Amino acid sequence: MGGVHPHDNKLSADSAIEQFPIMDRVYISMSQHLGSPAQPVVQKGDYVKTGQLIATASGFISANIHSSVSGVVVSVEPYKDISGNTVTHIVIDVQGDEWESSIDRSEELKREINLTPAEIIKRIGDCGVVGLGGASFPTHVKLSPPPGKTAEFLIINGAECEPYITSDYRLMVESPEEILIGTKVMMKALGVKKAYIGIEENKPLAIEKLKSFNYPDIEIVTLAKKYPQGGEKQLIKAITSREVPSMGLPIDAGVVVQNCGTAFAVYEAVQKNKPLFENVVTITGDCTQQQRNFRIRVGTPIEKILDQVGRLPKDAAKLISGGPMMGKAVSNISASTVKSTSSLLVLTEQQTKRQPEGECIRCAKCVQVCPMGLEPYLLNKLARLGRNEDLESERVYDCIECGSCMFTCPANIALLDYIRMAKADVLKIMRSRPKK
Amino acid sequence: MGTTLIFTIVVLTGLGVFLAVVLFIIAKKFNVQEDPRIDLVEAIMPGANCGGCGYAGCRAFAEACVKAGSLEGKFCPVGGNDVMMQVGEKLGVAVEQKAPMVAVVRCHGTCDNRPRTNFYDGTSSCKIMNSLYSGDTDCRFGCLGGGDCEKVCPFDAIKINPRTGLPEVDQDKCTACGACVRACPKNIIELRNKGPKNRRVYVSCMNKDKGVVAKKACSVACIGCRKCEKVCPFGAIKVEDNLSYIDFNKCKLCRKCIDECPTKAIWSVNFPVRVPKPQEVADEVSQVIEKEQ
Repeated sequence: MGGVHPHDNKLSADSAIEQFPIMDRVYISMSQHLGSPAQPVVQKGDYVKTGQLIATASGFISANIHSSVSGVVVSVEPYKDISGNTVTHIVIDVQGDEWESSIDRSEELKREINLTPAEIIKRIGDCGVVGLGGASFPTHVKLSPPPGKTAEFLIINGAECEPYITSDYRLMVESPEEILIGTKVMMKALGVKKAYIGIEENKPLAIEKLKSFNYPDIEIVTLAKKYPQGGEKQLIKAITSREVPSMGLPIDAGVVVQNCGTAFAVYEAVQKNKPLFENVVTITGDCTQQQRNFRIRVGTPIEKILDQVGRLPKDAAKLISGGPMMGKAVSNISASTVKSTSSLLVLTEQQTKRQPEGECIRCAKCVQVCPMGLEPYLLNKLARLGRNEDLESERVYDCIECGSCMFTCPANIALLDYIRMAKADVLKIMRSRPKK
Repeated sequence: MGTTLIFTIVVLTGLGVFLAVVLFIIAKKFNVQEDPRIDLVEAIMPGANCGGCGYAGCRAFAEACVKAGSLEGKFCPVGGNDVMMQVGEKLGVAVEQKAPMVAVVRCHGTCDNRPRTNFYDGTSSCKIMNSLYSGDTDCRFGCLGGGDCEKVCPFDAIKINPRTGLPEVDQDKCTACGACVRACPKNIIELRNKGPKNRRVYVSCMNKDKGVVAKKACSVACIGCRKCEKVCPFGAIKVEDNLSYIDFNKCKLCRKCIDECPTKAIWSVNFPVRVPKPQEVADEVSQVIEKEQ
């Protein structure tokens, strides 16, 4: 249902993943995941190795954080993140690149899975793996379904439906078997018999590579190219024809969805004992001199990354972390990357300039494209009037904030801005009610 | 022709009389007894229906006053003490007097004082802007300039000054209903005592960052240096989380803190401009002359 077809602009698709040089100083955020921030366990002056635990998970939904470099901790202080909000960061001055000895740095593929499901989940938690699809949900929590609910399928999301981003694509092309082994590991942890890897039809090379290996219980599914094909609920519908109930989680439909980048991180964590401290980032944009894919250590300042691909062009107006549809504009370029940074996208003023809002002409384009079957024009109107009860009965809480309505609106109405605000308000009201 | 006219008149008159009788009977039969004092109290109310009292509107407030039988905890900020006295008279109950309040904007990060570090071109609403990021300057506590306060004000008393990008309160129009206080996502608007002759002293900053960071973001930020806390003879100033706050109930408007503040973050309003005495001017001039020699 629904969806839009923005031009996919995969400019960096043919550029192989390169190792990004390690900077002199890294700033590692304590809030790189959904849930409560991690608790630092190192102090100023401590020497840390690459891959050493520097902050532990605090609470059930939280994740460990490991040092991405070796060197001396300079300070543990609040710094601003990409949106200007202050988060505690561990600042490390880099000295060489000495890895933790427990990490297997050999090139060789490790195919057999020796650990038990409980051990796998513990290892994933210890290595601080989080969902690399954008929401950064701690993976070990997602792999432990709540009591009474069981998973039947595992779906690996290789759709990468956002325009411009190619980090998942390059990973699928360059490390297909690692992703497949990572999938097997997660299947064992969940105890499921069947897994699917969903890939959009505009990535034939990735599909071919993944299909060339013999993993009979992992099926590679070719998906139609549209946005948001990689949304969790849309992917489940496209592959299994099941629908996630309103206000429910994928596990309610018997499915667990993980990103293919996460599958790779799980492979490295479980088979190679390597914590998640580096990830693939696409640096792209029509106006940048180069469009490339880098494997970047977590905590590298964004401005240093931009320097590497040549100076920013004069007409660059907006920098986005993530894709153009759902990514977040970067207001502070001295902020550093986090585990789930998938792309840094530079857009020109012409591409990003908001057009003046017109009047709604009731063309119902937004209704057609909404992947959740909502009526964005109506939600927008109700949100502007603050009618929270009506918004609730119109299921504003089902909005996945994909922005398709705003993308398609011929009157340039800021639909999502108001709907997102109303969704937050309505969810707050709903949560404050006493539970039955 | 004549008969048609007569027929019409007779039928319509008959219908009118019949319906009037029906309405009269229904009105008598289904009459709801309401305390007549509610109407009397409502007539006194300003009729702004702003909700500043905490009730849905003036009628709801009047109903609540009459039903409760006392005016404890009930106050119409728009009407103020005058209206509450009248309500008390009508109901024959005691009224607690309250000092008149006014909305105060606690941010002075104008374009000159607080340089813009990025440019926002999204929907002009503070609430939306605040949900997206910390703001278009380095100060994450200051005014966003989206004008949510202006939009909600039922009295047209708060306006964004296009030159400074900050809201300004018209103290004559402001009734302290608190609509702007609730609308501001950064909580920079506060209801403070209007003060004698409308004179007020307050810290015009909400920045809780450390002094160095705050000063870098905005030249008139409170840096939490505690100089004002020390100089205040009445113990009215407290510095918490690198931010100074003046308790308006304790402040005696001596203005010692204003001279002490290194960043000029403390503001005084409606004080007469201080004219130096002739002797002081003479002293200053002689000092300058001495220096030059």
